[in-house]
Amino acid sequence: MKPAPFSYHAPSTLDAMLALLAEGGEDGKVIAGGQSLVPMMNFRLARPARLFDLNGVAELDFLRAEGGWLRIGALARHAAFHRPPCGGPTGALLAEVVRHIAHYPIRQRGTFAGSIAHADPASEWCLVAATLGAEIVARSRAGERRIGAGDFFLASLSTALRPDELIVEVRLPILDAGWRTGFCEFSRRVGDFGIAMTAVALRVESGVVREARIGVGGVEDHPARQPAAEQALVGQPVAARAFAAAADAVAGAVRPMEDLHADAAYRRHLARTTTRRALEQACAGSGS
Amino acid sequence: MTSPHDKLAVTLAVNGRDYRIAVEPRRSLADALREDCGLTGTHLGCEHGYCGACTVLVDGVPVRACLMLAVQAHGRPIRTVEGLAGDGPLHPLQEAFRDEHGLQCGFCTPGFLMLAAGVLEREPDIGDEALREILSANLCRCTGYQNIVKAVRAAARRIKEAAGRG
Repeated sequence: MKPAPFSYHAPSTLDAMLALLAEGGEDGKVIAGGQSLVPMMNFRLARPARLFDLNGVAELDFLRAEGGWLRIGALARHAAFHRPPCGGPTGALLAEVVRHIAHYPIRQRGTFAGSIAHADPASEWCLVAATLGAEIVARSRAGERRIGAGDFFLASLSTALRPDELIVEVRLPILDAGWRTGFCEFSRRVGDFGIAMTAVALRVESGVVREARIGVGGVEDHPARQPAAEQALVGQPVAARAFAAAADAVAGAVRPMEDLHADAAYRRHLARTTTRRALEQACAGSGS
Repeated sequence: MTSPHDKLAVTLAVNGRDYRIAVEPRRSLADALREDCGLTGTHLGCEHGYCGACTVLVDGVPVRACLMLAVQAHGRPIRTVEGLAGDGPLHPLQEAFRDEHGLQCGFCTPGFLMLAAGVLEREPDIGDEALREILSANLCRCTGYQNIVKAVRAAARRIKEAAGRG
C-alpha cells in the first residue's frame, strides 16, 4: 500500500506548472488535495512517473462571485463550501451537497476542481457541474479554453482535458431567486460513495415550472442531465404528479452501471427515488 | 537528472519540535512520522483514507496522514497524539476517553483524539448532530461509537469549564 516511485515537482506559479505539463504531462499527474489520487497511487491503480503539486500555486486559491458566476479556483477545498459561498439557490445547493462528500478530514484537503478533473461517476461536484451547466476553464501553454460540463465528462474517470492542460477554474452560474434547487443522494452509510443521486434546479413562475435542470449521478458512467425528465416537467404545475412523471422519465432513460453495491434494476429504482425526492426538496414549502 | 528514489530534505515541525529528515517523494506523512521521526502514536490502518486511524492535525486541521506526502507537510505545524499531553497531565479528551470507555483495543484512538481535538478547537460549541457526522469519518471496531461520542461531549464540557475558570 505504498505508491510506486515518482519524481516530485512543486512549482509556485501557474506558468511554471504549465511548463511542466507541456513537457511531461503525458506520464505525469497533477496533485491538488490528493484525496482520490493518493489512494489510487497506493493501490497502484495510478503510477505517474512525475507528480506535479499544485498546492504552491497560490494564485489559484480563490472562490468568489463575479459577473453572475461563482468562480471556483483550482485550489478551493471542499470545506470552503460548508457555508454557502454565494447567495441564492446556487449557494444553498452547494452547501447542501458538500455534506455528502466523503468526510470532514477529506473535505479539508480535497478540492472542487480536483473532483471535476478526477471525474468519478459518483462525484457530487461533477453532478452539480453537469446539472447547472458549469464552464471548466482549462489552461495550457497553448492558451485557454472553456469547456461546458456537458462536453467535459466523457466516461468514468475520463474527461476532455488534455495531458498538457490544467483546470485553473470552474465557473458555476449563480441562479437568481426565481430558481429552486434540490439534491438527494442514496449511499449505504454517511460519507460512502453514493449509489444514486439527483440534483435539480427549477425556475418556477406562478406555481408552474418554466425551466428545469435535472441531473443524475452515480448511476451511469458519468453524471448527465436528463432531457426526457426535464421535458416532462416544463409547463407542469409544481405537484406530486409532475414529480412522479419526471422520476419515471429518469428511470426509463438511464442505462445504469452494475457493481457489487447495486445491479442495474436497483440503481434504476434508486434514481427514480432520488429524483422524486430532490424535486420535492426543491419545492418544499412552496405550496405544492 | 534526478531519480525518483533520490531523497528530499524535509523538515517536519511536529508538536513544536523540528525533525529534519530525508525521504523519497512517495513517503507518506504517516510513514514519515512513524519511521523517520519515531512517533509511532499515529497508527496506520487502511492506508487509503478510509479508516481515519492516521488522522493528525496539519495547520490545526484534521487530515489523513496516509493521503498526504511528507514533502507536502514541509515546514507546516503538525500535531500528533504525542503532543496532546506532552509530559504533563492527560489532555481532557484523553481523560474523557478513559472515563467514558471511549476505547477498548486502542488502535483507532489516536485518530479519534486528533479528529476531536481539531474539531473542538475550531468549533467548541458544536451541536450533537454535527459532531456525530464528523466522528463518522473514523472507524472503530470495539466501542460501537456511542462512548466515543459521549467522551468527546464530556471533553468539550471540561474544556469549556476550564476556559471559564481561566
